[in-house]
Amino acid sequence: MGRELLDLVFPRIGHARRIGITGPPGSGKSTLVHAVAMLLRRRGQRVAVLAVDPTSPFSGGAILGDRVRMPGAAGDEGFFVRSMASRGSLGGVAATTHEASEVLDAAGFDWILIETVGVGQSELEIVELADTVVLVLVPESGDAVQVMKAGIMEIADVFVINKYDREGGDRLMRDISVTMQITQWSRPEGWVPPICPTVATSDEGIEQVLAEAERHLAWLQEDRPRLERFRAEKLRRRLQMLLSRILLERAWKAAQIDEQLDGAVERIMAGDLSPYRWVAGIELG
Amino acid sequence: MEEKIRVLVAKPGLDGHDRGAKVVASAFRDAGFEVIYTGLHQTPEMIVDAAIQEDVDILSISVLSGAHMTIFPRVLELLRAQGAEGIHVIGGGVIPRADARRLKELGVGEIFGPGTPTSEGVAYVRKWVAARHETQA
Repeated sequence: MGRELLDLVFPRIGHARRIGITGPPGSGKSTLVHAVAMLLRRRGQRVAVLAVDPTSPFSGGAILGDRVRMPGAAGDEGFFVRSMASRGSLGGVAATTHEASEVLDAAGFDWILIETVGVGQSELEIVELADTVVLVLVPESGDAVQVMKAGIMEIADVFVINKYDREGGDRLMRDISVTMQITQWSRPEGWVPPICPTVATSDEGIEQVLAEAERHLAWLQEDRPRLERFRAEKLRRRLQMLLSRILLERAWKAAQIDEQLDGAVERIMAGDLSPYRWVAGIELG
Repeated sequence: MEEKIRVLVAKPGLDGHDRGAKVVASAFRDAGFEVIYTGLHQTPEMIVDAAIQEDVDILSISVLSGAHMTIFPRVLELLRAQGAEGIHVIGGGVIPRADARRLKELGVGEIFGPGTPTSEGVAYVRKWVAARHETQA
């Protein structure tokens, strides 16, 4: 059923603005998302939130608790929240978050806010789903050395230092801006990510976050060839990802891997075989 | 793709004791379910909205305040009004046996009293979902 629906939905997408919100666990992503969503609601915009939380690799279960911070979604038809479990995906979102955002786009929401799981330094898939990525940090997020690390810091279009009323916010702000001056990161295109101090629990700085996200969206629009290039690059990676998912599944089945796995473990543990020889000997159907 | 059982664990009303709800939520997670937890002081309207937006199979409600004869019927009524009676309601908390019987007549699937092992709730949910799959097949 899902594939036909997505196929029907595809020609209807492209209206919604998609903002990704990412950052370490406990940085206040859900609270910030709720504050931004409420601000958009006051402006009469329809908002959907996709909130991803991690699936336990041990039980396969998940506690999806982001709704606790989003009371505004109840009793308001223009404010939709869907919690998603990551279900084994390691990129910070679920394998189907992209598809879910397309359905919500086609359903007529003006904004889609996608909140990732609490991330470390390498869960970067949100870049593929969002037009604008907001990285939420807290004053304790680290000194200059952490800031200079690659990965998560490179994907931010807008930095937020949340819980700015705590000690160390000024220092982190300085560290980020200095680092941006001395390293190029991966932003040759001319966008300099702004840094917004916020206290999301009391709504401080939320207007600025939204304004900066809107400024980034406008910046994306203003250079048509560049926008087309960005979109083509993203679509290309998306096709690769969709295809690799299906190919993996098909090849796995065709080569009857599940049927062979137990025997292979036994032989390797008995010392009859090395893992490398077993892998090299698999016939792909 | 593997179908995951989705459960909303809700804590309506004024009582602030969500330890039981959290224990149940953790047991469901450990059983491999996806559990949406919405926090304290929810109204029936908030709970039903959340259950629909989250497309859950099961709505599990914990009531310790004595308001169960108000809350459960209201939740069932709201689900019906929104065409979402396919969401199966179960409950737990301090609920007298006679009230539990009455609630089951009204459409609540099962009421689990104090001291029920969490494994019983897990087994009930699994069984209900499996039975629904059969009727749909």
